[in-house]
This record gives sequence, C-alpha cells and structure tokens, in this order.
Amino acid sequence: MRFLIRPNTAAIKPQPPSNQAPSTLLHNPDDKSVTPPASLPIYSLAKPIPGAPNLPKQRRDHMPDQGSTGASQPIAIRVSALRKSFGTHEVLKGVSLTAREGDVVAIIGGSGSGKSTMLRCVNFLETPSGGEIEIGGEKVAMRAEGTPSDRRQLERLRQSLGMVFQNFNLWTHKTVLENLIEVPVHVLKIPKAEAEARARQLLARVGLAEKEGAYPAFMSGGQQQRAAIARALAMNPKAMLFDEPTSALDPELVGEVLQVIKGLADEGRTMILVTHEMKFAREVASHVIYLHNGIIEEEGPPDQLFGAPKSDRLKQFLKTVG
Amino acid sequence: MACPPPSQISALELLGFGECGWGISLVWGLGNSIVIALGAYSLGFLIGIGGAFGKLYGGPILKDLLAAYTTLVRAVPELVLILILFYAFTGALNEILLSWGYDRIEISPIVTGIVVLGLVQGAYQTEVIRGGILAVPVGQLEAARAMGMPSLTMARRITLPQMAANALPGLANLWLNATKDTALLAVIGFSELTRATSSASASTKAFFVFYPAAMALYLIISLTSTLLIGRIEKWARRGQRDVRT
Ligand SMILES: Nc1ncnc2c1ncn2[C@@H]1O[C@H](COP(=O)(O)OP(=O)(O)O)[C@@H](O)[C@H]1O
Ligand SMILES: [Mg+2]
Repeated sequence: MRFLIRPNTAAIKPQPPSNQAPSTLLHNPDDKSVTPPASLPIYSLAKPIPGAPNLPKQRRDHMPDQGSTGASQPIAIRVSALRKSFGTHEVLKGVSLTAREGDVVAIIGGSGSGKSTMLRCVNFLETPSGGEIEIGGEKVAMRAEGTPSDRRQLERLRQSLGMVFQNFNLWTHKTVLENLIEVPVHVLKIPKAEAEARARQLLARVGLAEKEGAYPAFMSGGQQQRAAIARALAMNPKAMLFDEPTSALDPELVGEVLQVIKGLADEGRTMILVTHEMKFAREVASHVIYLHNGIIEEEGPPDQLFGAPKSDRLKQFLKTVG
Repeated sequence: MACPPPSQISALELLGFGECGWGISLVWGLGNSIVIALGAYSLGFLIGIGGAFGKLYGGPILKDLLAAYTTLVRAVPELVLILILFYAFTGALNEILLSWGYDRIEISPIVTGIVVLGLVQGAYQTEVIRGGILAVPVGQLEAARAMGMPSLTMARRITLPQMAANALPGLANLWLNATKDTALLAVIGFSELTRATSSASASTKAFFVFYPAAMALYLIISLTSTLLIGRIEKWARRGQRDVRT
C-alpha cells in the first residue's frame, strides 16, 4: 500500500485497517528531506506552484459517466490517428487521444505495446509516421513523412510540455539547482536570480530544498526523479508527460514520487501518464487508455476501465499486473 | 668571442646564460616548442570539434571528406606529413597569392609549424571527440531536446561538457603527443628545443651535457602537463561518482 486510495474509489479494494496518516505510509525513513509535516502531505501544500492552472479541485472527483473534465475546457493535447513504424515494424497503428486542460490521461498496457512511443511522439522525440499532433490548439507542422517542418514552432511547443523520463535524465554535470535553471536561463532567457528563486520554491515543494547543491549521481532514485519533475515544472509547462516515472525506482522510493505527481494532479495540472502503477492510475486519472499491440484496445473513465473492463485482453492484463 | 674551447668549459657554464653558455638558445627553443604545441593543439581542438560534429551530424559529402582527412592523416607517418604539408602548405599559399597578383611571402616558421601539426592533431582529436560524444548517454540529450533547447545551445551546454569528461584522457594523451611532435619540426629547420639542442651539441661536442638537459626540459613539460590535466579532469568529472570507491 504505497499511496492513499481516495474514499470514492476505495470501495473496489478493501483498505487494510490502518489509521496511520498517509504521509507516514509514504515516508521513507532514511530520507529526511521528503518528510512532510504529518498533517500536511506534500500534495496539499497551501501554496500552489506559481503559474499552475487554477481549476476547481472537485474536477478530479469525476462523474461516473464522464471521464474527463468535460467539453468545456480547451484542448491541451490532441493526438489524431497517430501511426509510427520502426523500419517495417509498425508500433502504433492509428491511435488517438485528447487531453483537455486539467485532464489526467493514463496510458496503460503491456511491455512493448507502444506506450512510450505514443508519449514520445507527442513532443516529437520520436518522429511519427503519420497522423497529427496538436498542442494547445496548435497543430505541429509536419512534412508528409512525419518530420516536423518548423523547428522554431517545435521548440516553442516543446517548451510548453514538461517531460519526465523513466531514467530521470538529469544532467549529470550540473547540480540540482543548475538543472532546474538551465532551460529557464539559457533558453527562455529569464534573469538568473528570478529563475533561481523559482527553482528553490519548486525544490522545496518536492521536498529537496537541502539538495540544491547536490549532483544527481549522489542522490537516490526517488530524489532524482523528484528533482526531474521540478526541472520540468521550472519551465512552467502547460502540460506534463510522464513516461513510467517510477519504473526505475526501488519499491520503497515509489511512494514519494507518486505523491508528488498526485499533488500536481490535484492542483489541476494537465498530464499524460504512462504507468504500471494501476492503483495510482485509477486514483489520479480522469481517463485511461489501454494500449495493446499499437492500438487502443479499450479506453474510458478509470472506474469503468478497472472496475468493469469489457475486452478480454484488458481483463487478462489487469489480472497479470494485479 | 673569448670563449675557451668547449672541452674546457664546465657543464654548468655550457648550459648557462653567460657569454659562452647555450642557455638562451635552449630556452628560446623550449619557448618555441611550447608555443607551437599550444597553437597546434588549439587548432587541432577546433578542427576536432568541427570534425566530430561533422562526422556525426553532417551531410554525406562532409562525412566523406572528413573520413578521407582522418584516415589519410592517421595512416601516414607524421614526419612524412610534416614534410609534405610544409612544402605543400607554403607552396600552395604562394601559388594562390601569385595567381591573385600578390607577391610571394615568407611564412613564419612558427605559423607553418602550428598549421602543420594542427592538421595532424585535428585528425586525431576528431576521433577522440567523436568517441566522447558517442559515449554521452542519449537520455542527457533527449532531456534537453524535450525541453525545446535549440541544437546549438544543446551542443554547447550539454553535449560538450558531457563529452569532455569522456574524451579527456584521450585528449590529454594527444597534448603530450603535441609537445613531442614539435621535435619533428627540426627536420624543416625550425629552431625548437630539439634543433637547438642538436646545434649546441654539434658546436661543442658536449652531447652528454645538452641531450640530458633537453630530456629534463621535455620531462618538465610533461610533468607540469600531467599535474594540470589531473585538475582539469577532476573538474570535468564533477558530478560523476568515482568508479573506484
Ligand atoms: N528506437 C526504436 N527502434 C526500433 N524499435 C523500437 C524503438 N523504440 C521502440 N521500439 C519497439 O517499439 C515497440 C514499442 O515500444 P515502446 O513504445 O517502448 O513500448 P512500451 O513503452 O509500451 O513498453 C517495441 O516492440 C519496441 O521494441
Ligand atoms: Mg516504455
């Protein structure tokens, strides 16, 4: 039991009898820096991240018949009929996805089903072979064969997406603080003092205030991933992309990272989250996509997808991942 | 000159800066060697950076040209290259000048030495730097790309510092090579340390004074370099855990 199951979803799995505060459950005893005050979990810090969308918190307690925020919010990310081949191997066979502002779209599926590829096509770390990507209502200009045709547009759109990788990918030659201010200062041209002040705020928020001078190689995986999340947030992105953010972590470090992500979801951040943490997906997602062999086998609101899966494959998958 | 025959002068005096000593000539040679090594190495580094990125990211024609350059330079003995390039370089430059209606010029031997050895260094450094770039974990670059970092900024801020840590041992070797390769310039009559030593010993027949002295000077260059390189390497590897622990 690594994270809190919210009351509205708790009916599905009986909770172990525990009267401990969730933050204590999540707390890794060796790691002083993450210890939130017992009464104040990280994700409910009184002060929201500057620039965070200010959506009503209730939007996460989704209506049973409506997976996402609803048609009223503007579209943050739209993927249409996306195809991707590596050589002759077609990995994505026409997949689509819509994330409105404030949505948390979770992508689940077996290993090799194309989850990472789909996510990486959104910011063109992989070049799509076909289909369309729209970010913040703006279509990414593509040549016929899928390569982006407007470098400046692509750079600008990428700056509005914060990507978090499975292997953290913090820059090893820079301290944590330097990692956080790198793009704000050297690409977005924000004054250094301002960028540093904001970076420190973010580090405090992910529980790494004391680690600003540390080099990534000297931190635990959980600390590195929280720093990587802070680095993505430092660009003040419109949406976040998570590619299995906890899969490279030791089990006891998973909770601290999920807690930070949960905090972002509660704050109304738009995100697409590839994950193997089914309970977590069920808890935070507004919409879940089950990918199998490069097609969307089933999708819908989390309670429906996890509670009453229709396709046999998904049933099988959910059984194997527990 | 009121100098006694060399056989009657003490070794110390021969090496000294007095009227009958060769000290000034040796130090001058040493200075030339160092200037050439520094110049050639720096030129080689610029060529190496450009060559490495060209080989990795350039178009097919550029890649072929660079492959021809590095293959040829690394295949031919440096002494031969120096002779060829020395005559070819000065010859070609004067041809060009003449065809444009200018007079032929004498190129300073220092410049020639730097250009010739720089071209040799450039070929080797291209390969070392290319290897260093290839060893940069792809995730380091993807993180930069995903954040919308333009490619030039990425090369400067991420790729090069990461490459430095990987390539430094190889680059350090090439620096030591550069200091020693200056001796090859003696064959084109350039008065670097080896040539100065050889002139001094030829005049005085005191081979066993001057050659050990030259050896000691080369050793000093090498030891100082090693000390400095150690510091640079420590700096370049900041943030990396010691593999030995
Ligand atoms: N760069 C690549 N080159 C060739 N094949 C790839 C590459 N990246 C992924 N693949 C293949 O695409 C398929 C989907 O990969 P991926 O999207 O990483 O799956 P998932 O994230 O769901 O585990 C796999 O079969 C994988 O081997
Ligand atoms: Mg994956």
